[in-house]
Amino acid sequence: MSHSPCEISLTVNGEQKTVCAYPMERLLDVLRQLGLTGAKEGCGEGECGSCAVLLNGDLVTSCLVPVAQARNANIVTIEGLAKNEELHALQKAFLDCGGAQCGICTPGIIMAACHLLNSKPQPTMEDIKESLAGNLCRCTGYAQICEAVAQAALRFPLLATTAGNGAPDRNRA
Amino acid sequence: MKTESIIGAAVPRKEGLDKVTGRAQYVDDIVLPGMIYGATVRSTIARGKIRKITFGDGVPWHEFVIVTAKDIPGTNCVSLITDDQPCLADDTVNHPEEPILLLAHPNRHSLPKVVDAVTIEYDPLPAVFTLEDSERAAEIIWGQDNIFKRFLVEKGDVDSIWEKADYIVEGEYRTGAQEQLYIENNGMIASFDKERGITVWGSLQCPYYVHKALMKLCNLPKERVRVVQTETGGAFGGKEDYPSIIAGHAALLAIKSGKPVKIVYDRMEDMVATTKRHPSRTRHRTAVSRDGKILGGDIEFVVDGGAYATLSSVVLSRGTIHAAGPYYWPNIRIRASAVATNAPPHGAFRGFGAPQSLFAMERHMDRIAAIVGISPVEIRRRNFLKTGKTTATEQTIHEPIDLDKLLDRALELSDYRAKKQRFRKENEGSTYKKGIGIASFLHGAGFTGSGERYLASVVGVEGCADGRVRVLVSSTEFGQGTKTVLCQIAAETLGLAYDDVEIAQADTGEVPNSGPTVASRTVMIVGKLVRSAAQGIQQTLISSGYLSQGYSREEFRKACANYVAEHGTFKSWSQYEPPAGIFWDDEKYRGEAYAAYTWAVYIAEVTVDLTSYSVTIDDFVALQEIGKVLHPVLARGQIIGGVAQGIGFALFEKVAWRNGRMQNGQMTNYIMPTSADLPPIRVYFEELGNEHGAFGAKGIGELPIDGPAPAVVNAIEDALGVRFDSIPLLPEDIFEALAVRPQSEGQARTRQEVS
Repeated sequence: MSHSPCEISLTVNGEQKTVCAYPMERLLDVLRQLGLTGAKEGCGEGECGSCAVLLNGDLVTSCLVPVAQARNANIVTIEGLAKNEELHALQKAFLDCGGAQCGICTPGIIMAACHLLNSKPQPTMEDIKESLAGNLCRCTGYAQICEAVAQAALRFPLLATTAGNGAPDRNRA
Repeated sequence: MKTESIIGAAVPRKEGLDKVTGRAQYVDDIVLPGMIYGATVRSTIARGKIRKITFGDGVPWHEFVIVTAKDIPGTNCVSLITDDQPCLADDTVNHPEEPILLLAHPNRHSLPKVVDAVTIEYDPLPAVFTLEDSERAAEIIWGQDNIFKRFLVEKGDVDSIWEKADYIVEGEYRTGAQEQLYIENNGMIASFDKERGITVWGSLQCPYYVHKALMKLCNLPKERVRVVQTETGGAFGGKEDYPSIIAGHAALLAIKSGKPVKIVYDRMEDMVATTKRHPSRTRHRTAVSRDGKILGGDIEFVVDGGAYATLSSVVLSRGTIHAAGPYYWPNIRIRASAVATNAPPHGAFRGFGAPQSLFAMERHMDRIAAIVGISPVEIRRRNFLKTGKTTATEQTIHEPIDLDKLLDRALELSDYRAKKQRFRKENEGSTYKKGIGIASFLHGAGFTGSGERYLASVVGVEGCADGRVRVLVSSTEFGQGTKTVLCQIAAETLGLAYDDVEIAQADTGEVPNSGPTVASRTVMIVGKLVRSAAQGIQQTLISSGYLSQGYSREEFRKACANYVAEHGTFKSWSQYEPPAGIFWDDEKYRGEAYAAYTWAVYIAEVTVDLTSYSVTIDDFVALQEIGKVLHPVLARGQIIGGVAQGIGFALFEKVAWRNGRMQNGQMTNYIMPTSADLPPIRVYFEELGNEHGAFGAKGIGELPIDGPAPAVVNAIEDALGVRFDSIPLLPEDIFEALAVRPQSEGQARTRQEVS
């Protein structure tokens, strides 16, 4: 790392955090060191999407984001979706539809789906397939994942967040 | 007893909640106190003698734990079938990326540079990189003749049929290596304690394979080796044998350092160093009558096993038996061999040899049809196995399977005939060529031949103090739904609710050896044992007066709790016994190869774009007979996922080899299908039951990867009128065939016909 460690503040799942990290450390590693191990490293080069999180409402692969870029940002990870044991609509739908098999890609895919529904609450199946094409899943062949996203959108037509920061608080069923 | 059936219901996946909330703990999510991190220094050449190892300047080497073959307390091998593979290369390396030396350090991020600071000098030896070079045996790299294993299956008198044939049809078919590409890379944590011995936690399919390997490597008795499966992020066979290697490495570092050690591969290390599907070559020579009946044939099936024997003999076995497809052969000879090359050992991957030999069989059926002048539908119909007929190993089919009806239904579901006609018209003058292709196939459930008898799996069911029950198996969950379906089976057997049944973590310290989680054996073999162990619990409670027939769920729980309170531990065990009438001759390779088969007809519809030479699959019908659907959502998920991998095998996934090393070990250049690449995969089931499986189930994990590749390539031939007999089939291959290679040459060279 080219610089020495410094203090970086960021909001993670609604909580203010200050971490001591090298500026070029990967956001993925910082999150995992915070105990948030839901985001996974599948490839380390932004190809598989299993480390996907929301950064100020944008979908990012956290293995490609230097933590310096997340300074003062609002981060949402898979751990931030279910609040007080109440599952997010997408999580429920993934359970019902068989959207998770081995589960390793699931956190990233749910975050990608969350990003889609935030911007387009009523997506077509083509929208869903396109928006998840950056997330690799080797188990499911994607059909039951796409069905889960469609079901979440159908069951909960007012999913979209209006906050614009990707915070999922309004996504409660 | 409750009446609502749990079998066939879409109950929630046992570990589903942890998976959708991100709480599931995979090996890399686990941190032990004082844990350090391990890395592997690997061979940079394919074959040679290790001359010198130099530790470069500028590294504080005293901070690192260093392990070589000299540090191994037991035998330097990865114990599996043939103990020929060293855990760490000592004086010789036999493939690129072979492990030579291990390093560990508290700072994980310091390791990659330090691995690069170790220089290994070699005296290179000549290496072998292709099937053909290995067969020629100009250089002997393994044993006496480069052959890991041979099989010969003979039925009838093949030599007498050629002169009776109206047509003799020959073909040669090839399949490439395929990377399992589970999204969680291989990883393992090991901890050593002088009293308790070695414990490993990791991503794996077969706890007792790792257990056996660690006993031998570490020279420890069985009670001082413990293997625990952590949540496993996909496996597909890729975590059948390889975990024994990485577990051995972590264990050696833990023993030497006295600290817990974690090794987790990054993507490139996992792709270049670990196992893949065996590349294969299959040659068919078939005698056919004027009306399209197969009179007999010779099949030669060869797989490239890489540098060590590992699982090649059993992959070859399954591929050999499946080479004859779901057809009746009055006479057949199958000669099979697994040969050595100086590549990392190829290993298990869903289908386990069958996708290779079935690709050949199903392409060859279309070739026979073309030469005889009948349709792909008709050639299959005229040669299907039927109840009462015998397979290539002379196993009489007792299952009431009607492949004609299965085929009819698939044709109807896919609208095959109408599409075939329409495409022929529409293709004229269009730069988009459409085609439709069929594959019919079977897959044997459970270990081949006497395999299950040797395994003699044991399963336990435990009655707990709170009145619930726990299933005790070493069968592992890695996405397929093992935990869920085994709990369904126990719950249904005992008349309990699904939530009344739990399943133990696969931990050799607690669960018996119910065999490896491979070979589509879990629901059929292990499921049936779970059922009988659960019946043992029920019978004990009833015979000892705690419970009477017709009990309610509440009564069971109370009775079970009372029993435990009064007698202590309450466990029931069940061990596999071969069904009566099952005969298998290991020498002649003859008899009941599998207790049950699943049967399928898949139909693919494709468009080939003659501008980009890309292939789009427009529709895919997957129809199969699987005995009994235990869980509709999981079963459908297994089929769709297998089809997707099969499509990848056919059209996307190409390992670029150079001198025995994979050159494209990244997800950016080894391409698997994304959500945007796949067609609607329409899944249909037939359920004929199965006396050998719990509630009539047969294994379905592997079946769906056998059919997609030949169905897709048959459809491409239908679209273009050009034959392709090798996969992966990429746009550049189609371009070459259509635009570069004169078409007539390709046709004349491969078509052989005598009458």
